Amino acid sequence: MFDVQKIRKDFPILNRKVNGKPLIYFDNAATSQTPQQVIDVIVDYYTNYNANIHRGVHSLSQEATDAYEQARIKIQKHFNAKQPYEIIYTAGTTHSINLVANGFTSLLQKGDEIIVSALEHHSNIVPWQMLCARTGAELKVIPMNEDGELILSDFDELLNKNTKLVFVNHISNALGTINPIEYIIEKAHSVGAAVLVDGAQSCPHLKPDVQALDVDFYVCSAHKICGPTGVGMLYGKEEWLNKLPPYQGGGEMIAEVTFEKTTYAGLPHKFEAGTPNICGGIAFGAALDYMNRIGFEQIAKYENELLAYGTEQLLKIEALKIYGTAKEKTSVISFNVGSIHPYDIGTILDKMGIAVRTGHHCAQPIMDFYKIPGTIRASFMFYNTKEEIDTFIVALKKAIMMLS
Amino acid sequence: MTIEEVQNEIIEEFSMFEDWEERYQYMIDLGKDLPLIEEKYKTEDNIIKGCQSRVWVHANMEDDKINFSADSDAIITKGIIAILIRVFSNQHPKAILDANTDFIDKIGLKEHLSPTRANGLVSMIKQLKMYAIAYQTQLS
Ligand SMILES: Cc1ncc(COP(=O)(O)O)c(C=O)c1O
Repeated sequence: MFDVQKIRKDFPILNRKVNGKPLIYFDNAATSQTPQQVIDVIVDYYTNYNANIHRGVHSLSQEATDAYEQARIKIQKHFNAKQPYEIIYTAGTTHSINLVANGFTSLLQKGDEIIVSALEHHSNIVPWQMLCARTGAELKVIPMNEDGELILSDFDELLNKNTKLVFVNHISNALGTINPIEYIIEKAHSVGAAVLVDGAQSCPHLKPDVQALDVDFYVCSAHKICGPTGVGMLYGKEEWLNKLPPYQGGGEMIAEVTFEKTTYAGLPHKFEAGTPNICGGIAFGAALDYMNRIGFEQIAKYENELLAYGTEQLLKIEALKIYGTAKEKTSVISFNVGSIHPYDIGTILDKMGIAVRTGHHCAQPIMDFYKIPGTIRASFMFYNTKEEIDTFIVALKKAIMMLS
Repeated sequence: MTIEEVQNEIIEEFSMFEDWEERYQYMIDLGKDLPLIEEKYKTEDNIIKGCQSRVWVHANMEDDKINFSADSDAIITKGIIAILIRVFSNQHPKAILDANTDFIDKIGLKEHLSPTRANGLVSMIKQLKMYAIAYQTQLS
């Protein structure tokens, strides 16, 4: 049984006050909160078995290595990757994307084409622009419609035999649109292009099966899935990971080193130079355990209720416009009220203990599309409640009254 | 009035507000009230970068005193700008350079002075002082 009040007890931060008011945290799309179960794992690591991994013969090092590699297996199982070594630990989504973009430098040449979507986060655009600058490949963009959905017929037309890579987020952070990645992957494969899916926003809400999707690369950050910041993963199909050259040089990633020649270690170590975020990796595994115990079906069902309720309540407010009205979307609501600047509303809401995001959400092209400076974004997780939405609506009305 | 006198006057005014709501309502009203800058000065050059809201600043000097005008598309930011302009306008460049901005803390708006807050206020104060430096060099 899904019991939100019981779940809320797992999150100590939800008890705190902000500006004298109980915190209402609606900035989950930026980062999620951490349950005690994950905090305990972090404390346990530093209290009991902090050591460097893969190198010591001593017990602590062995324990840390085991926990770190077990977490990798948890991540593998969660995403249903074929092999644990297809999961590469990274510092997060941005790092994962850069790793792949860098790896493709030697695989692309002038005349090749890369397709990205109009719904991308900056971190998903810049590395491809840099890759194009390095290789002479060309960047193409799948446009979106007013609802914030990708226009698939345009995507079909962009695809051709020169298309080498397609990059798209599974769910848009600015609008919450769920993109039809199954279709995109199948079509891209039909012209022999590889597909990287940015799962930063999807992994908190659903459980992707990378084999069923037949996706070539899938990336995410632990901090959006109840885990700590600074750790994430890159899933890559074995054959693709073997094709990509190492990203950074250093310890851990080599098999043999002489001054004449170094041979690289196999997967996954080839991409994991230096001492990694060991505790972060272990806590990432614990966060997935936590979410799986609640169950992603339950999570999605409950969050959809919050989305429907929040949307309904917001739309009752005069002059309020929601951006991102895709048929398939998650619990993210981006909106503006009349000509009031989002920053003003965000500032007043904060005074009432409510955390929302304001601004362009690292997705300026989307804001340019709608010709707005930014939006107010409320994003819900499974630990939020309808009562919080009610309080938020009252606070929002008050902010509007003060500002107009 | 000296800068300090103006600041004290503002602190006095704000001390009458009971809570954040009254403080913010006052700033919002200040922000709504006045056109703070002539349209022709709202140029790309006069924009302060790195803010969520756009902030423009313009300065000119008359009789050895600097006058500032500024604007923002966010009303709370504009309200704070109105306060800053009241403090720093019609002052000698040297006085502007020597002035501190502690009064913002004293009127309960400290959060807006955080360098990490993306409202450009810190950059704006820096910009006002840059103008003061430039005019100070002209004078000496
Ligand atoms: C869709 C999307 N991609 C990428 C990122 C970047 O993630 P990180 O900052 O954890 O690298 C985010 C985070 O906001 C995101 O929402």
